[in-house]
This record gives sequence, structure tokens and C-alpha cells, in this order.
Amino acid sequence: MDSVYQALVDIVGQEHVSNRPEELFIYSYDLGTTEPHRPDYAVTPRTTEEIQEIVRLANREKVPVVPLGGGLSLAGLAVPFKGGITLDLKRMDSILEVNEKARYALVECGVSQGQLTSYLERNYPHLTHSEPGAPPTATIAGNVAIHGQGDIAQPYGFNSDMVNGLEIVLPTGEVCKFGSCSIGSGWFTLHPLPDVGLFLGWSGTTGIITKVSIRLFPGRRIRGVGQFVVEDEELVPEIMYKLSHTQMTEDIIAFSQAIPPFASGLQHFTINIAADSEKELEFKQEMVWDDTLGEYIRSGAGGFLGFRSGLQRPQVSKTSDWRKGGGFEYVGSIMPVDTYPECYRRGREISERHEIPYTVLGRCVGTAHAMMFSWTYAFNRADPETMKQAREALHETDDLVLELGGTIWKPGLYGQKLVMERLDPNTLNLMKKIKQMLDPNGIMNPGNWEVS
Amino acid sequence: MTLTDFKYGDVIHRCFRCGYCKFPINWMDVNNCPAYARFRMETYSCGGRLWLTRAWLDGEIEWSDHLADILYSCTACKNCEVKCPLSFNIDILNMMVAAKGEMVERGEIPSAVKDFLENIQRQGNPYGTSRTKRGDWMEGTGIEEYQGQEFLYYVGCVGSYDTRGQQTARVLGKVLQKAGVSFGVLGNDENCDGNEVKNLGEETLFEMLAEENVAQFRGLGVQKVVTLSPHSYNAIKNDYPGFNGDFDVLHYTQLLQGLIRNGGLDVSGGYNATVTYHDPCFLGRWNEEYDAPRAVLRAIPGVRLIEMARNRNGALCCGGGGGNFYIDLLGGSEDSPARRRVREACETGANILAVACPNCLTMLEDAVKAEGLEDKLAVKDIAEIVGEACGIK
Repeated sequence: MDSVYQALVDIVGQEHVSNRPEELFIYSYDLGTTEPHRPDYAVTPRTTEEIQEIVRLANREKVPVVPLGGGLSLAGLAVPFKGGITLDLKRMDSILEVNEKARYALVECGVSQGQLTSYLERNYPHLTHSEPGAPPTATIAGNVAIHGQGDIAQPYGFNSDMVNGLEIVLPTGEVCKFGSCSIGSGWFTLHPLPDVGLFLGWSGTTGIITKVSIRLFPGRRIRGVGQFVVEDEELVPEIMYKLSHTQMTEDIIAFSQAIPPFASGLQHFTINIAADSEKELEFKQEMVWDDTLGEYIRSGAGGFLGFRSGLQRPQVSKTSDWRKGGGFEYVGSIMPVDTYPECYRRGREISERHEIPYTVLGRCVGTAHAMMFSWTYAFNRADPETMKQAREALHETDDLVLELGGTIWKPGLYGQKLVMERLDPNTLNLMKKIKQMLDPNGIMNPGNWEVS
Repeated sequence: MTLTDFKYGDVIHRCFRCGYCKFPINWMDVNNCPAYARFRMETYSCGGRLWLTRAWLDGEIEWSDHLADILYSCTACKNCEVKCPLSFNIDILNMMVAAKGEMVERGEIPSAVKDFLENIQRQGNPYGTSRTKRGDWMEGTGIEEYQGQEFLYYVGCVGSYDTRGQQTARVLGKVLQKAGVSFGVLGNDENCDGNEVKNLGEETLFEMLAEENVAQFRGLGVQKVVTLSPHSYNAIKNDYPGFNGDFDVLHYTQLLQGLIRNGGLDVSGGYNATVTYHDPCFLGRWNEEYDAPRAVLRAIPGVRLIEMARNRNGALCCGGGGGNFYIDLLGGSEDSPARRRVREACETGANILAVACPNCLTMLEDAVKAEGLEDKLAVKDIAEIVGEACGIK
């Protein structure tokens, strides 16, 4: 009998651990183009204490541990490159608290975006959280861990900036709390205690998030989306800048795609506006469409395509079926807004070189402090050649991000290598020291962010 | 068979495993796929099953008992089809059934499935009880055998053999008698409708059952059928026309709705209870009948109908479909879908969980016992509630 397997069974129970080929097959795959690697065990813990025991076991046995949330990063961040234990955290799915007055939700690490959206709509319709464009199975904790952004990114920024507190199982098994919760108070703020921000953006290499407190924001009674289009990509940065200046929008996205062909080359905007009354909505619409975008409409440079009340939340995406192939992956980046035209043109070139219909998108983060720009490459899962083309295009795009002066968002192994090659040596050395201190046996999601 | 020969070989790779299929219609949790709710391993999700099927047919993984259990844990509840936003969603269940069919072809199926199918071949029911006992449920009811009456009352296997199902079958018969409906039954001559057989992948046996039943119905001059079970309703309504069996088929709640509306059934005796209704998959998602059962309940004086959070096309399956009321691959845990469902029903504050399917009835009643909720929640078939409301003891 495999002693690690038996120990895992003792911790979580037989039904929640597997070393059978079927589970090992499924958990070996990312949904993007990353090559599969099989774990030795798949485990679905229910409690923080179980995770602590698993991590201690892994240290004793020198077995890797790979935490998995929704598994939707598409960058291979939860592929067990060196085998070990894949920890599927989705059974830890309780919404522990919604503090209405302090506007935060405390959730376990497996709570999905869809679950929180639905819970708030049913119980606190005047509160909302920043829901990313990912499928609703994406988890709250996984998304903040990768510095995700959502549909209220324009006024409020990155989702990881909305964290009020964290509970973490360290790679050595201790449980740590961060924020006001760490001194026994509520989970209402991460500040102003000493900053030990060692867990966001590390792809699970420094610990396992088990609880997260996330800020909630006013959920307006009326939410809708307006559409605007321009032909000249050079206009996009100034439009995004002007729109964000109004502080009248919840979300500003510019995108362009090859399909349908008649719209190829156009830059479309979706602009989300929310209000509590028709009067407020009318005022905001006037500010956006007339006062801000009116000049483009009047000059013929841009066109207003209409405003539709009602917001689809969670957003339902059909991106994976564009090529009827069940696959896509994208490079995400955090870029200065003024790079939009170049991002669009160069991304389109990469797509066309690899014979993939182009799809690019820029989401305004904060008051145009940055944008998340993504280049999406669809592939046919049944056709290895298209996967190879997509992989090559993704790598070229990772290079492009850095060339254009941006940073790669949630990079896979290739992108991580590029970033580390450019990192300030002292910063890189600090990362190495932190990693060695927190994870002396190197068990946490090895392969990712490995500083040589 | 290889992936190339698989009927859905050019489709199955299109599942991205985004996971929409795990949710109910209102996104409230990720537990609306019964098998995933029970095991919470990705293998048991709809996408996991499709990826495993593809890997198996492509030779990436070998057949195993565990693989067979994973595939057969699908209850054919159709939640995945309702939630998947992609154009191939209409083939999701067909892919599962075809994969099960390949396992049947190879003789590589779970032993409980083998027993289920063998029992139906031998005795026309999954329990293996003699065909000569199929009509025992009607003893003492005065219900007539079918001899050209307006309706054939088709009872189905669970109603004919399961003790709790028999009670419901009897009550419904009495309700129909009280309403003066002209109907008869097949008694010992009734055979399995084949709905589960088809979903277990035994297409040949299903065809045989459908052909036999259609020939029997036609031979007797049957034109109208009323069924106790939504599973029978589904097979007769949607599959039998492919075997020259075009019958005017109603689920009994549809018939009762019309009878009550037209004054043909007096339910003024009432039923004093707070009731929540569980949508059976083969009436709801498969046939989009959500209103008739609720209309019947609302028509009964004293019934206060309240909804569970997951209802209509977002309802959680009881876990009994795809033969699982017998092969029971989803039982044995507080995470079993039936136990999750009765807890959800209890949370509404209802004291009656109403069902319109004998499979759901047995699954959920067992779950109430397993959860120790007997003093808070009783499971009743709508036929039983109507029966009480019209004075039938």
C-alpha cells in the first residue's frame, strides 16, 4: 500500500483522495495549451485543518503540493509539473459572512464567482463584487491570487486590491491571517498593519489561501451596457482616458476581432453604466455619450450603437467554441493605456502569421492607470497542429508584452522565465530568499516562479 | 470502437470544461450536476466525463471499473444541456449514452447495470421480480384491465413493484376512478417502458421493448395513454413515435390539471400543508412541463406552495435517473443528491415535499430517513395529495 495515499485517506477520507488513472488524467490537464503532467494524487479537502495536515505530510515525504481553484487561468498555473498532490479546493465553498455595513464578504477558498454573484443578488441586491470575465466556476480566491480584474475595475481597480484579509496555510503547515482579522477584529481591512504581501501573484508557490475577505461595492438598481465604435485605433487611449475622467462608468472595454469579417478592424467599446434611478442614469448617459463621446460622434469618427439595460452576470462566454475546437488561450498583460494601438496592430500581425482569427481586448483598470490587454488564440483540441500554432503565438505575444513596456499577467512558465530574466537582480534575489524561507523543501507548486 | 468510429468523434473535443454545466439556472452553487455534487472530483463533472470518454476511445486511458462507475453515475438529468451555452449542447447526453453503449457492447459495465439489464430482459423490470406479479399493485382497487377504454393507464416498473410506488399507483387509479375517467391497465401484461434502458446505453434492448410495447398498444387499440412516471411519459412521447407508436400521451398531472379545471375532479376536501415541489427531470428539463404539477397543487384548498431556490429547469435531480434509483452509484453519503435535495426542501420551511415521479418519491423518502428529517418533512406524490383532497383514504 502506498503510504502517502494511505496517509491522505486518513486525513480527508477515501472518497476525497484518488490515485486512480481517471483522476490523475483529468487533473494533469490545464484547459489551455500547456502540456499535461500527471499528479500522483488528487485530493479534495474540506477544511483548513485538513490542508495543514496534507502540507505537513508533503513536507515529511518531500512531495509537491499544487493548489487548484477553478482551474481557469489557462496558463498552466495548476499543472503539477513535478507530480505530487493536486489539491482541488472547490469543496471549501462556504460563504462565511457578508458584512453589509462594512461592505465585505468572507468566503472560503473554493467559493465560485457565480456562487457569490447569485448569493448577493438574492440576499444583498444593493451590493456587488467585481466579477471577472472568466466562467463563473472561477473562484474568488484564485482570482485575487492571480491579480484578476472584473466588471467594476474602472472605478475600483484590481480584484487583488479589494482584499481585506487572508487566511493562509503556509508551506510548512502553519495557519496565518493577514489584515484586521489577524488581531481578532473583523475582516474589514488589510491596512494599516505591516505589509507582508507574499501570497498574491505567486501562483500558489508561497502558501495556500484558505479564506479571503473581499470588498463589496454598491450594486446599483439599474445596470446596463452601451456600445460605441471607432475605426481608428489611435483614438482608443484618449477615449478611455476621457471616459475614466467622468467617473460615470463601471467598466470600459475596448476590443477588436476578426469575426465577424465586416467588423474586423473596428474598435468596439462596451461601457457599463449603473444607476439607482432613471434620473441618475439619464445624467450619466448624458455625461458619457453627449459630453464625452459626442465630439467623436459629431465628427463621424465614432458611432453610438445603443444602450441596453440589464447586465448579464455572470457573463456567458462562447470563446472556446470559436473554432469549434474546444480550446483557446490568451496572453493577458497589464499595459499603459497608450499602448493600445500598438498592442492591437502587433497582436493582429501575430494572429495572422499563425492563421488564427485575431481577438484583442483592453479593459480599463482604475482611472486609466493601466489596462488589462489580452490577445486570444483559439485552437482545435483535436488538432495538435493548431495547438502548436497557438502555443507559438502565445510565446511571441509574451515577448511582445515586455517589448512594449508592459507586464505579463499571470504568466505561464515561458512568461515567468521572460519576466525573471528582466527582473531587477536584487528583487529576484529577495524572491529567492522569501521562497526559501517560506518553503524550505520546495514543495509548493514547483516549476512556477523558480528562481535559479 | 475508436474515437474515429465514435458517432460523436467530431464533437466531443469541443467541451472546454468551463463548468457552466455544474450550475443551476440561477448560479447559486456548483452542485447541480448530481454526480459532481456527490463526489466533487472533476472526473465526475459533465466535462470530466466527456474528456475521459474521449481519452478512453483514443487509447489514452484504459477501461476500468472506476471509469464505468464515473460514466454510469450520470443520471441523464439534462442540467448540463440546459446550462451549456455552446451549440453542441444538444449532443452532450447523446455522447454519454453512446459511450455507455460502447461499454455495453464490450460487456464492460458495472455489475449493478448488468443486473438491471438482465432483469429487464428476463422479467421486464429491473428488480427481477416475476412478470406474474406486475399487476399485484391493483389488487382490491377495482381497476379494470385495458379493454378499449379512453385511456391506457401505464404504470411503469417502479409503480408496479416498489412498495411505495405501488401505493401511489393505487391512489392515482382511485383518483381517476373518482373523476370518472375511462381507463384501463395492462396488469401483468405491462412491460418496461425502456426509458432507463436507453439511457444506460442498451439500445438494442430498448428497441425491442419499444417495438413490443408499441405493437401491444396498437393491437389493443390504444390511442391515449396516461402515465404515472415521467420516465414512461418521456419514452412513449418522444421515442415511441420512431417505432410507429404515435399515441396521445399525458403525464398524470397534466390530466389532473384538466380535470380539476373543468370541474371533473372535486378537491374541495383540501390539504392543509406547506408544500414545496420537486421537478422530476423527465417531466421538467426533458419535456418542459413545469406548470401542470404546480397548477394541480395550487388548485387544492389549504396548500401553500413555496419554491425551493433551485426549481423548474434549475432543479437538482434526486439522483435516481439513468437507472441510478437501482444501480445506486450516487448513494451512501450526505453529499448524495437526494440528501442535498431534502435538506434544501427542509430549508424552505415546507412540511411536505411533493413529487410527481415514483423514482423521485423513493429516492427522496429514503433521503429524508437518512437525514433524520421524518418529523419535519414528508415526501408525498401529488397523486396522494390529490387523493386526500378528494377524500380517498
